[in-house]
Amino acid sequence: MNEKYFPPQIIRIEISQHKVVYMHISEGILSVPILISGGALTAAGTAIGLKKLDYDRIMGVAILAATFFVASLIHVPLGPGSVHLVLNGLLGVVLGWASFPAILTALLLQAIFFQYGGIVVLGVNTFNMAVPALLCFYLVRPWLARPKFRPLAGFVGGFLSVFLSSLLMALALALSDSGFLATAKIVVAAHLPVMIIEGFITMFTVSFLARVKPEILQLESRS
Amino acid sequence: MIFEIFSQGNSLLHRTDTRVKIVGAMALTLVIALCQSYYTGLAGLLTGLSLLLVSRLKWRQVLMRLVVVNSFIAFLWLTLPLTYPGDTIGLGPINLSRQGIELVTLITIKTNGIILIFISLLATSTVAELGHGLEGLRLPTKLCLLLLFSYRYIFVVSQEYQRLARAAKLRCFRPGTNLHTYRTYGHLFGMTLVKSWNRAERVGQGMLLRGFHGRFYSLDEQIMAKGDLIFLIIILTTVIGLGGLEFLLT
Repeated sequence: MNEKYFPPQIIRIEISQHKVVYMHISEGILSVPILISGGALTAAGTAIGLKKLDYDRIMGVAILAATFFVASLIHVPLGPGSVHLVLNGLLGVVLGWASFPAILTALLLQAIFFQYGGIVVLGVNTFNMAVPALLCFYLVRPWLARPKFRPLAGFVGGFLSVFLSSLLMALALALSDSGFLATAKIVVAAHLPVMIIEGFITMFTVSFLARVKPEILQLESRS
Repeated sequence: MIFEIFSQGNSLLHRTDTRVKIVGAMALTLVIALCQSYYTGLAGLLTGLSLLLVSRLKWRQVLMRLVVVNSFIAFLWLTLPLTYPGDTIGLGPINLSRQGIELVTLITIKTNGIILIFISLLATSTVAELGHGLEGLRLPTKLCLLLLFSYRYIFVVSQEYQRLARAAKLRCFRPGTNLHTYRTYGHLFGMTLVKSWNRAERVGQGMLLRGFHGRFYSLDEQIMAKGDLIFLIIILTTVIGLGGLEFLLT
């Protein structure tokens, strides 16, 4: 009964899945207080994000969330290996408070498609990525409006968002069990190359957007 | 790579009501994620394996998925035994921590059990079904709409990005570790964003024109059947059993 079929938009996407994926804590590692507080904070952030989001804008946020999901599938070479893009800083600049529901959606889809992360740990993982995004919205976006500071602000935004995300991830591990401390330090150190690449790519994307479509960055003054 | 490889099939789990599966998966994951004893973890792994048997998925695909997902666990295996404080076991020149090995073993068992449950309960539904199921469980409508729309457009945006990447490749772009590569990727992604932005505006106007007022209607409305209720009761009994086992052992 009820034979399921693939809707036509499901196509073959040529992506190698056998790469190490960052920015996720698997299920079954964190302690109860961390899971609960991460879940509660994400619920609050998502509630605020949804409240600020009216029905006319849902379509736009959904398509941008899909775009950032696609970004996480882009592998950029780094020496002999490769890293995948996160771009949560850029997402924060573009979406503001809507980053919370957008990242929650993207992570849920990743969990369903690839089983990265999970449901119980979803709150913590979302919080770890959405808070730096939000910080970028408030701290980096004002600097993007000035053409002189734009490249630097773009780099700092990309670098800082991944740095803060890995820091939050390390913090969640270390607070769960003090024995994770050394592992947590390695997590931050391992993300260092990702931070640099994210910085450069965010910088180039931001200056591209400022020239081609400044309204995406919600810049007050055009260059 | 097709995303929802596990959602196709005709087993009991593929037919069960999505809401029942979401509730069941949440409850099982919660109790296994929080357990501290090996026996509860192993019982959880056993639950996952039996659910996998019921779902009749191709074990090879599941195994490949497990290998990829275990990369974070592999990272823990590399670090925790060396760094976790506790009694040390000498292994030649290396000192391994007994507690570290115990902890990472427990984590491995728990994580794999949870992933098996996740695959057999949630990945056997399509995202469209999950979106409607979540709405049926009284999650905010906006969030469910966001999930359904993003899912709808991931493939479109991805195709658009692939087209740009192909164009770059035709113009002899070879990615490497240099600034030129990062500039190119930055511009490729920027262009994808611009196209998505324009598409979002068009689609939004199109939906407004067709009278969209914040609700998606599903063609196959799911109704809770007797079998779904029995399935829910079995799952919840397992959850209580696992919880009781954990309570007795700790």
